[in-house]
Order: sequence, then C-alpha cells, then structure tokens
Amino acid sequence: MHSDARASWGLKIGATLGLLFLHLPIALIFLYAFTTEEKSYQFPPPGLTLKWFAVAWNRPDIWPPLFLSLKVAAIATALALVLGTLCAAAMTRTKFFGRDQVTLLVLLPIALPGIITGMSLRSAFAMMDIPFSTWTIVLGHATFCIVIVYNNAVARFRRLSGSIVEASTDLGANGFQTFRHVILPNLGSALLAGGMLAFALSFDEVIVTTFTAGQQSTLPIWMLQELIRPRQRPVTNVVAIVVFAATFVPILIAYYLTREGAETAGGGK
Amino acid sequence: MTTRPATLPVRGPGDRLSDLFWRRPRLLLALLIGPPLLWLGVVYLGSLFALLLQSFYSIDEFSGLVVPEFTLKTYAELIRPSNFDIIVRTVAMAAAVTAGCIVIAFPIAYYAARYAKGRWKAAFYLGVMLPLWSSYLVKVYAWKLILAKEGIVTWAAEGTHTSGILNALLSLPVIGGNSLSTSYIGTWIVFIYVWIPYMILPMQAALERVPVSMIEASADLGASSGQTLRTVILPLALPGVVAGSIFTFSLTLGDYIIPQIVGSSRLFIGQAVYTLQGTAGNIPLAAAFAVVPIVVMLVYLTIAKRMGAFDAL
Repeated sequence: MHSDARASWGLKIGATLGLLFLHLPIALIFLYAFTTEEKSYQFPPPGLTLKWFAVAWNRPDIWPPLFLSLKVAAIATALALVLGTLCAAAMTRTKFFGRDQVTLLVLLPIALPGIITGMSLRSAFAMMDIPFSTWTIVLGHATFCIVIVYNNAVARFRRLSGSIVEASTDLGANGFQTFRHVILPNLGSALLAGGMLAFALSFDEVIVTTFTAGQQSTLPIWMLQELIRPRQRPVTNVVAIVVFAATFVPILIAYYLTREGAETAGGGK
Repeated sequence: MTTRPATLPVRGPGDRLSDLFWRRPRLLLALLIGPPLLWLGVVYLGSLFALLLQSFYSIDEFSGLVVPEFTLKTYAELIRPSNFDIIVRTVAMAAAVTAGCIVIAFPIAYYAARYAKGRWKAAFYLGVMLPLWSSYLVKVYAWKLILAKEGIVTWAAEGTHTSGILNALLSLPVIGGNSLSTSYIGTWIVFIYVWIPYMILPMQAALERVPVSMIEASADLGASSGQTLRTVILPLALPGVVAGSIFTFSLTLGDYIIPQIVGSSRLFIGQAVYTLQGTAGNIPLAAAFAVVPIVVMLVYLTIAKRMGAFDAL
C-alpha cells in the first residue's frame, strides 16, 4: 500500500488538533499566574506582573498544606516501595494458587474510581471509630501507590534473567548477598521510577484524600477550596505551577530511567 | 585422598537462612507476599466490605444516628425520583464522555500507531503520557480559566465573530447555561480532556497489533481507504476501544470534582456521595450510592464480554 508511508491530511490535522487539545490548556495556567486581574479570569490579561509569586510566598496558609503533602507523599511512597517490591518478587519467582486473584487485588484500588476507595475507607473509619489524622491519609495513599511500584518492579523482574541469580549462587553468594549485589543494582532504576511515579500520584491526589483527611488540608485540598471559593486567583495559579512541577519532574525522570526497556513507566496509571 | 562435599561451609546466619529458604521455597513466598497481602486484604478489602455493610444499614430519621441492622430501606431510597435522576444523569454523562473520547482519541492513536517512527514515536508517547500524569486539579483548573464567561473562549468567539454560535449553543434547553463553565457542555468537555489519555493508550496498542498485510490485502481487493477503515481496521481495534471505554466510563461515574467546579448545580453520583457522608452525615445512603458505579461497571463489563470485546485481548 503506497499511501501507507504518508498519512492523509485529514489524519494529520486530526492528530495535531488532538495533541494541541491535550497541551494548550496547561499553558494558560502559567499565563494567568502573571495577570494583574485578581477578581476574574479576564482574557487577555489587562497587564502582567510578578508580584503574585511574592504574595504566595508570604501567605501563611499555603505552607502547612505543602508540608503535609510532602510528608504524606514521602511516607506513602516508602510504604508502597516496600510492599510493591515484595509483591513483585513473590509474583515473578513462583506460580501458586490464587496468583491471578492477587494481581487483581493489587490492581483494584486504582481500577475502581477514587470515590469508591475513599468512601470505603470512610465507612471503615466510621465503623471502627478511627479518628482522622495524617495516618488515615497515608493509609489511603499507600494503598493505591502499591500498584505503581508493583508494575515497574514486575516488569524489571521479568527482564532480569534467572541465570545471573544462579551464577551468583554458584559463585558462593547466599540469598542475601545475591539480593544486595545482584538483584538490587538491576532493580534500582525501576524502583526509583516507580517511587517517583508513586510520589507524583500521592502528591496530587485529591478524591480519596477528601474522604480520609478530616479537618487537615493537603496542598490539593487547599487548591480545591480556592477553586470553590476563590480569594486571590493568581495565587492559586502560582500554587498550581508548584503542583504541576512537583508531578511533572518526577514523571519525566521516571520516563528516562525506564525508556530502554520494553515496559516504559507510566503506561498505566 | 579424602572426598569433600561440593558445598561451601556454612559461614553465618545469612547462609543458614538461605539454606532454609532453598529447602522450603513456600516459606520464602509466604514471607514475601505476606506483608502486601495483609495490607491490601485488611485495609482495602476490609474497607470495601465495610462499604457494603454500611449500605445495608439505615439512618434513624429522628436521631440521625446509623442503625446497625440489616435493611434494604437505604437501597429503596435510591429509586426515589430525585436520587434516581442523579444516577441517570451520571450514566448518560459517562456514555457521552466515552463517545467523545473515542472520536478525539482515534486520529492521535492511529497516527501514533501507524505513521510515527523513531523520535516522533517517543514524542507522541510523552505527549500522551505527560497530560495523563500531570496534576488532575491543575488540569481542571485550566479549564475553569478557559470556559469562564470572561475567559478565552468568549474572547476568541468575539474575535472571530462567532459569538452567535456560542450563544445559540448555550441557549439549548438542557445542556446549555449561563456560560460554558456552568453548563453540561462545559462538564462534558472537561471530562473528555481529563480522561482522554486513558482512551488513547489502549487504542494505540490495539491499532499497533493490526497487521499491515491485512490493510494491504484490503487495498489489493479494491477497497477504498474508507472501506478498509470501516471493515478491517475498526473491528480489529475494537478490543482497545472497549478497554479504553472501561476507564473513561468508570472514571466519569466516580468523579465528583469536575462537576462541582465546572457545571450546573445539579448533582452527579460522586457529589451525592460526598455531600451525604459529609454535611448530611448519612453514611448508609452515601455507601449505597457508591455501590451504584460498581454495579453499573459490572453490567458494562458483562455486555462487553458478551459482545466478544475481550476475545482478542
């Protein structure tokens, strides 16, 4: 088929418009962070200013949510790294009864809409009279971060040939030495990528968090409140840029860490 | 000469444990899978069970307290007209969003699968993956800026003298509204924007599996490119479309942020769940509402399976 080498104009235009549709909206967030108009979303902005970055820096209500978000994301990522790697190690080494069910169970927290995970946790906390705290947020976040680490680790384990583990054993290393000197260095970048993605996911999560946070605010919850009852709109844009950067940079790193492999990080969220 | 066994002497506890794991692989498996299974089993499955249990409880109308006795009263409340409207509205929106995603995703997925090579392919992949992973709230916020009455859409419509079309669209009976950011049209656009990467990725994967030889055979047999698309490519890409639609459908059913920020004040399932569990304190009804998306998705998956959507996966 000769036309196979060249795409038709209709297809090219469709694909280009589609990609523009995916990317242009984000650019507006940046533009509105510099507008002088703080009461409405007037376009084009009447003037441009840098003062909102200073205003945002001095707003005392932004810092506690930012620190809480960082803390929750760090703990949830650490928990997910341990649990996700353990699960991936178990799944690649052996076949056992109920293996498919375990895969489903790992996948479920991210396959079902966040509102179900959130409402389920909320119901459980209500039944057992567990008060809301930082730990209830972490509980929810770690649960849906496990699958992210698991996906990355399991893909790397699959690529890791069994013969190097056998070689290590033949050369006299015990299981722990093999893990420390052979498996871990091979797994490292996949775990780093998984950890990055898990951190980005947790840092940005809002739906499950609204059900498990009680009176506390993470940065996304702070943003949500500003969206519903805006005060200084450009300040929200400055925070939005911070949130965007905090998720964008880890994802890019995760992509470059795993792009040589057949399974690239981020294919499934 | 004395013969010695071909094994190294045991040097410490690490060796002894390794030997134990070698002799009993099940023990190692249990140690590996135990912690994650315990976490997911207790925290996640336990919570899901609590959700189901709560949905069979009811609330005492006078005291406002939850009565922990089995009853179907709460589920019966779902069928009340005001609550049933919420369910119908949400399912209709999910269907419309899925249809919109399929139409917009197809050219991107098709181009990426068929024509993009080398660096362009990587660029396409990043171009879809970055919006997928970038902050959900930031994406929704961006659309609030775009669709606002004084925002860029109104400005562009005035600049191109198409305000008439925009106003005609907004004056439509059900889907219109005061501005795009307070109408169902706005909600629909934002839903499509936020979920479309979930449609593009499986669609592209399915299109990549369509053998080029089949397309060539179709052309050799005299089919026009339109006929090839309809009778060869689309049927073979269907599993990918269905896989993507599972995401777009289920995510729309469960979302409550988007209709709250962009849209009319009428509730969707997610908003009903959120308000009922929060200010109203009616956890049983909120739980029953949260069970609805699960049931709808089970029905959807059954229909998709009947249609043979999973056979080619």
